[in-house]
Amino acid sequence: MPVSILKQGDYLIASVQSALTDTEVIDLRDSLLAGVAKHRSRGVIVDVAALDIIDSFVARSLTTVARTNRLRGATTVVVGIQPEVAVAMSQFGLRLDDAYTALDLEAGIQLLTH
Amino acid sequence: MEQDDRAVATTAAAHVADSSLLEELVAHLREERTPLREEWTRRITEAQLLSVMTSDEIFSEVTAVYDNYVDALETGSIEALEAYAKNLSERIIPRGVETHEVLGVVLLLRDVLARSLFEKYQKEPSLLTRVLDAYEPAANRIAVTVGVSFVQERERVIRQQQLAIRELSTPVLKVRDQLLILPIIGALDAGRARQLTEQLLNGIRENRAKVVVIDITGVPSIDMPVANHLVQAVRASALMGARVIITGLSADIAQTVVNLGVDLSMMQSVGDLQGGIEEAERQLSYEVTRTREQPGELGG
Repeated sequence: MPVSILKQGDYLIASVQSALTDTEVIDLRDSLLAGVAKHRSRGVIVDVAALDIIDSFVARSLTTVARTNRLRGATTVVVGIQPEVAVAMSQFGLRLDDAYTALDLEAGIQLLTH
Repeated sequence: MEQDDRAVATTAAAHVADSSLLEELVAHLREERTPLREEWTRRITEAQLLSVMTSDEIFSEVTAVYDNYVDALETGSIEALEAYAKNLSERIIPRGVETHEVLGVVLLLRDVLARSLFEKYQKEPSLLTRVLDAYEPAANRIAVTVGVSFVQERERVIRQQQLAIRELSTPVLKVRDQLLILPIIGALDAGRARQLTEQLLNGIRENRAKVVVIDITGVPSIDMPVANHLVQAVRASALMGARVIITGLSADIAQTVVNLGVDLSMMQSVGDLQGGIEEAERQLSYEVTRTREQPGELGG
């Protein structure tokens, strides 16, 4: 799977390495949800800097993760959205409700720890 | 078939007659140069055209145009006149001469000359008709040339200015760590709004900004596509982890935005740039205090 999920203290960090197929997106979603339950994490960071495209399926999956986590008391931060991707997403009306966003991993960790 | 031939022959004959008539016409206009020029100037002043120019200026331009006009009638070549009209337009457009004035002036000259032809040939109606046949198409062509030159020159100026406005890049300025301001001056169109979004997002990434204040005090008006572009820029910034505060919405723009029904719920807005920066500093936990009281203003 082109995504590695690391446990870092109270947080889970999922780093996407390359473009994802739909199956891989579903795997990522399920692993994150299971991981949060297993490690009792307080926050999840998903780094999507390697993605050139975020389509509606990816956006919806991330939203699902964020919403589910919120119900369990965990915060979700999506980091590393590229400028072109951000423009495309806003043009197509794709939103990441319930998820926080940050510039990169560093800013995401900062957001969670403050 | 026979009829066609005859028709062609007649046209050719008429053409020969026309060119000799045109010569006679040109000679007449050269002879009457002074009174006709004066008459034309008088009519221009009377109609209150070219009101931004002094009467001396009008007279010297009138002389030049008159001579070029007669030359164009004589040679049938409008290139010299075209060049002159272009040059004239370059000089008078910055002074605020309007299109209707230029067209009015050229049509006045046409009328003045036609009048003088009427007077000269009124004893011979058939000759008058033929003179007018020769004069009118040439005169109309000249009027069109001058009008088109003027409008083209104007359009060139407008294009140049649009380019200049576009090249005035929108600066992205860092005020404090994680805080950018983006002052927008001048009219926004879809192209400029797109460029602005690009600069905004790159600025956010380069400066690792968390809050951006976009100041639109210098934007005269806004329409639906531009408002949507702004909303998209704000959404895209949010996806990159930066909040946007819009400042300086004039009453007019605020009303337009409300009337257009643009959804600004995700946009925070503050009255002026100062307020926007203060709000941004608050969000970033900056505290700005004076270290000592300022001494009174000199002379105050």
